[in-house]
Amino acid sequence: MDLLNIIEEIEKVDPEFQDKISPRRAAIKNITSFGSKVAVAAMPFALGSLFKKAYAQQSSSSIVGVLNYALQLEFLESNFYNAGLTSPAFAVMKGTLSQSELAGLTLIQTDENNHVKFLQNVITSLGGTPVSFTAANFDFTAQGTFADVYVNSNTWLAVASTFEDTGVRAYKGQAPNLLRNKTVLTAALDIHSVEARHASHLRQLRRNRQLVLGTTSANSIRPWITGANDSGVPAVAASYAGEDNVIQGGVNVATGLSAYNTIAGANATTSAQQAFDEPLDMPTVVGIVTPFFK
Amino acid sequence: MEIFTKKSDQLLTSPEAEQSQKMQRRQVLRYAGVGTAAVGLFAAEACKKDRNNFTGVYLGSGDIGILNYAYALEQLEAAFYINVVSNSAFTTQFSADEQILITEVRNHEVLHREFFKAALAGNAIASLAFNFSAINFGTRASVLAAAKSFEDLGVSAYNGAGYLIQNPTYLTLAGKIVSVEARHAAYFRDLVSPNTFVGQDVVNVAQNGLEYEKTPQYVLGMASAYITTPINADDLPTS
Repeated sequence: MDLLNIIEEIEKVDPEFQDKISPRRAAIKNITSFGSKVAVAAMPFALGSLFKKAYAQQSSSSIVGVLNYALQLEFLESNFYNAGLTSPAFAVMKGTLSQSELAGLTLIQTDENNHVKFLQNVITSLGGTPVSFTAANFDFTAQGTFADVYVNSNTWLAVASTFEDTGVRAYKGQAPNLLRNKTVLTAALDIHSVEARHASHLRQLRRNRQLVLGTTSANSIRPWITGANDSGVPAVAASYAGEDNVIQGGVNVATGLSAYNTIAGANATTSAQQAFDEPLDMPTVVGIVTPFFK
Repeated sequence: MEIFTKKSDQLLTSPEAEQSQKMQRRQVLRYAGVGTAAVGLFAAEACKKDRNNFTGVYLGSGDIGILNYAYALEQLEAAFYINVVSNSAFTTQFSADEQILITEVRNHEVLHREFFKAALAGNAIASLAFNFSAINFGTRASVLAAAKSFEDLGVSAYNGAGYLIQNPTYLTLAGKIVSVEARHAAYFRDLVSPNTFVGQDVVNVAQNGLEYEKTPQYVLGMASAYITTPINADDLPTS
């Protein structure tokens, strides 16, 4: 599976921009040939409208690139839930999930499969070709890192949780690439928040398990992300790198807002880390998920 | 903070002027049968009267308008959770575990509020006034139901306004906040009823797994049940 293809696809956006403006470049040349007075007068407007048109809306190939990247992540998630909840290979693991846990996980499975279908349809309607993966493309041990994922639901839930948190960061990271696009940005945001709901729920499941084992409430995993890796799984550190950030819009929100500090007191830093989720760029996310693809 | 001080987005129209325009239109309709001169006279009087009485806030236009819209919603949420946590029933109605998490939610919302206030600086709307009399802060069920609806509303608001934002930095900041609101929403929904974190009232579960986004008009209409300060959102971008 050539994951880097998707990055290349995005990088193609700039050359395409060159192609897009070249007919206009020719037009400008023609203007010049009419005579220098006309050319000088027309140039600023020509350049202005040229850039406006080139940057007012993303090219459909750049949008398809973003959507195929999202689709790839949704394939990873949907296949993970499909395997965990229906494949005989995961029967031992599944047997250690409670009925209530199973009920919630099935809801997530449905959403992820719907996300796949939705993105496939959108990409096709934009004239693009959706990427495609099957169950055979995945290795949910991540080349042995999560060797007991078939039998241990603690591991399986930890991986699920990481996928959801990473998905939230991945969608967030692409939002600027869809700026002002009512249809596609709104759809991406509508998926982004659903992934965050899934992430919150999975974190609650893990928290409840920790509480049963006697970990104190104060030390258990939260529905929201605290610090640079609160998952309890060192192997997924890359998924949480940067989540300890407290600089937002150039301001240290943990210390720079007095009314907040008065309320939050000793928890000002941890609550500030939790209050903002951080984006991840495409190469980082691809690096994180690559071990899960064969 | 400098990031939100884009000069071109500063308030171009005062709330008074906005409101008087409305009043003018209204007056024109009312006195349509009278002469043109009379309309002008009455309209002018109405403006004057209204200017003295207007006590609301004007969100503004462009990105400033959208950020003020978010600021208004964060003010609402922060005020609500401050009430929840400071109420004497908080420690009896909620478990120790829930108290820790709900107190953190309060911190998040106060931080969001203060962040927008600092970021908007001179463009920020004033502090809003609230009426939470419909919520019984003494009971768990009433608090959780309200928390759930505020969080769901907040997520739908950010999702619905995202495409209206012009500056990619602001869009990312909104994205950083909305997913935390969604985490809150899922938490409260699961507290109200287990496994309702993606209920079909908020997510199109049957068809595509997308959350339902809402327009500023819809959201402000819902929020006006709790926000007593009049909000003028007339100049928010619509495309």
